[in-house]
Amino acid sequence: MNGVIFDNITVTAGKKKILNGLSCTIRENDFLVIIGPNGAGKTTLLKVLCGLLPAASGTVHILGRPQEEYTRKKLAATVALVPQNMSLEFTFTVAETVLMGRAPHLGLLEQEQVEDYTIAGEAMRFTQVDHLADRRLDQLSGGERQRVMIARAICQQPRIMLLDEPTAALDPAHQLIVMQLMQRLRKEENITVIMVSHDLNLAALFGSRILLVQEGKDVVTGLPAEIMTPENLQQAYGCAMYIDTHPVTGTPRISLVPE
Amino acid sequence: MRRSSPNRRLLLLLPILGVLLLLTVVFSLLVGSSTLSIMDVLLSLTGKGADADTASIIVWRIRLPRALLAAAVGGTLSLGGLVFQARLRNPLAEPYILGISGGAAVGAIVAMLSGLAMFPGVTFSSFGGSMVVMVGVLLLARGRATGRSDSLLLAGVMLNAFCSACIMFLISLSDSAQVHHILFWLMGDLSMAEPRQMWLFLPLAACFLLIFAYARPMNILLTGEESAAALGLHLRSVTWILLGTTSFMVSLVVSQAGLVGFVGLVVPHFFRLLLGPDHRVLVPACILGGGAYLVLCDLLARSLPASGEMPVGVITAMIGAPLFVFMLWRARE
Repeated sequence: MNGVIFDNITVTAGKKKILNGLSCTIRENDFLVIIGPNGAGKTTLLKVLCGLLPAASGTVHILGRPQEEYTRKKLAATVALVPQNMSLEFTFTVAETVLMGRAPHLGLLEQEQVEDYTIAGEAMRFTQVDHLADRRLDQLSGGERQRVMIARAICQQPRIMLLDEPTAALDPAHQLIVMQLMQRLRKEENITVIMVSHDLNLAALFGSRILLVQEGKDVVTGLPAEIMTPENLQQAYGCAMYIDTHPVTGTPRISLVPE
Repeated sequence: MRRSSPNRRLLLLLPILGVLLLLTVVFSLLVGSSTLSIMDVLLSLTGKGADADTASIIVWRIRLPRALLAAAVGGTLSLGGLVFQARLRNPLAEPYILGISGGAAVGAIVAMLSGLAMFPGVTFSSFGGSMVVMVGVLLLARGRATGRSDSLLLAGVMLNAFCSACIMFLISLSDSAQVHHILFWLMGDLSMAEPRQMWLFLPLAACFLLIFAYARPMNILLTGEESAAALGLHLRSVTWILLGTTSFMVSLVVSQAGLVGFVGLVVPHFFRLLLGPDHRVLVPACILGGGAYLVLCDLLARSLPASGEMPVGVITAMIGAPLFVFMLWRARE
């Protein structure tokens, strides 16, 4: 079954087209990594998929149903977004933050029940932040905070998870932790993962499919080995890249080539 | 997962703050230009004192309405500050500082000068004034800058100054009897409290309940607009419900008690430090605690001067303004 299909999506800001007829089909349980240069429209695409931004034209289907048929809450219970940044002006504890993920499943006056606390506890254990439950978010490192946000998204019990550059500003060890978490989510929880990343090596290592976006258009979609070619990357990023094979995993390994 | 239940905290907090509010109200019944004993007050309250007794008249017609009005105004302004801070994600947002109270005052004065009745004329005109300023502040500080202290405050200060100019303009057009009444009312004066103002509690209670129902969405709003929308919150409707309800209740109390500043800054800030950011706890705490705070401030306003009394707005500004400066300084740090 198809997880997400978007067809001919256009988003405009004033006269500028941020997305210009973008189309892609993402199968259920895929791990799609969206790559492309700055300003290509990657984050905008994620916002369209989770209903934060309306598309000027085009259609989005989520699990076989048109996006318009979903209410705001139903969409949030199906598609979870891990945003790039989170406000830390007034900070909650880790446990309180993760529990907020139950919001799409609760009515306005409904209190969280034992089941909701159990789900939040499991999400914290899954992302290994349960020992931080009583710490405030502003007391955590970037990597810990990112795992908390993933735990909150898991707590939404979504079928599709969107992540906006979750490894940006993380050290290599934490990048690996976050990416392996996504891989486990896909395998153990059967969640479709759609992630925006600037890290081409992480994309090649973990992505089951890659979508290369440039100037709001889909340039090419396919397996990492099909997409990560010197020609594709040079055309998209405008700089030379050398690609060989990762000696351990056999996936494409991308290196920058200075002029 | 350890269960951090807001219900348990509420069960502990509500009786404590309820008793505190009750004690401040009872204390305010005892203190004044004529000292009453606790027995006088109790007899009057239980209806055992003769109706014509001086004590009964003082308690029922003067001090109790004043204490209850102070509690209603304090609770409303505190809750107003809490809602603005949550929706705008700005700890310095408050109805008085953002000029919402000023807008309500302009609306109320226009209605007063037009000879409209206190309800619905003055109240709704006041609500209209507060809504105009609120929309103005949000438009001026819209977009990415909405959450930033500087742009919101600048917009608020500018519209507040404009409202002050409008007030002075309107006062200069009115005759001397009206000027006296308006000036007293403007300074945040609770001395005009009357038993017939107690109808105020009904619409205020409805507003309190509505805002309490939105306590969890307010928590989610604190994580950022995109994050809140991604959790299924309908931002536009939640914003209009919260800010519309708040403007309505603030304009209700402004039309009754004039401009009382900084309550919406001091009380939510104090309770947030004490109880954390969960609005399911903060909303009731601000209603009860804000009520008790303004009853106490009013008590000081009545007791401190050697003769007569000063407007309660003087006391709240003397406490609130230094705190505002401190918070502004800390935000820049």
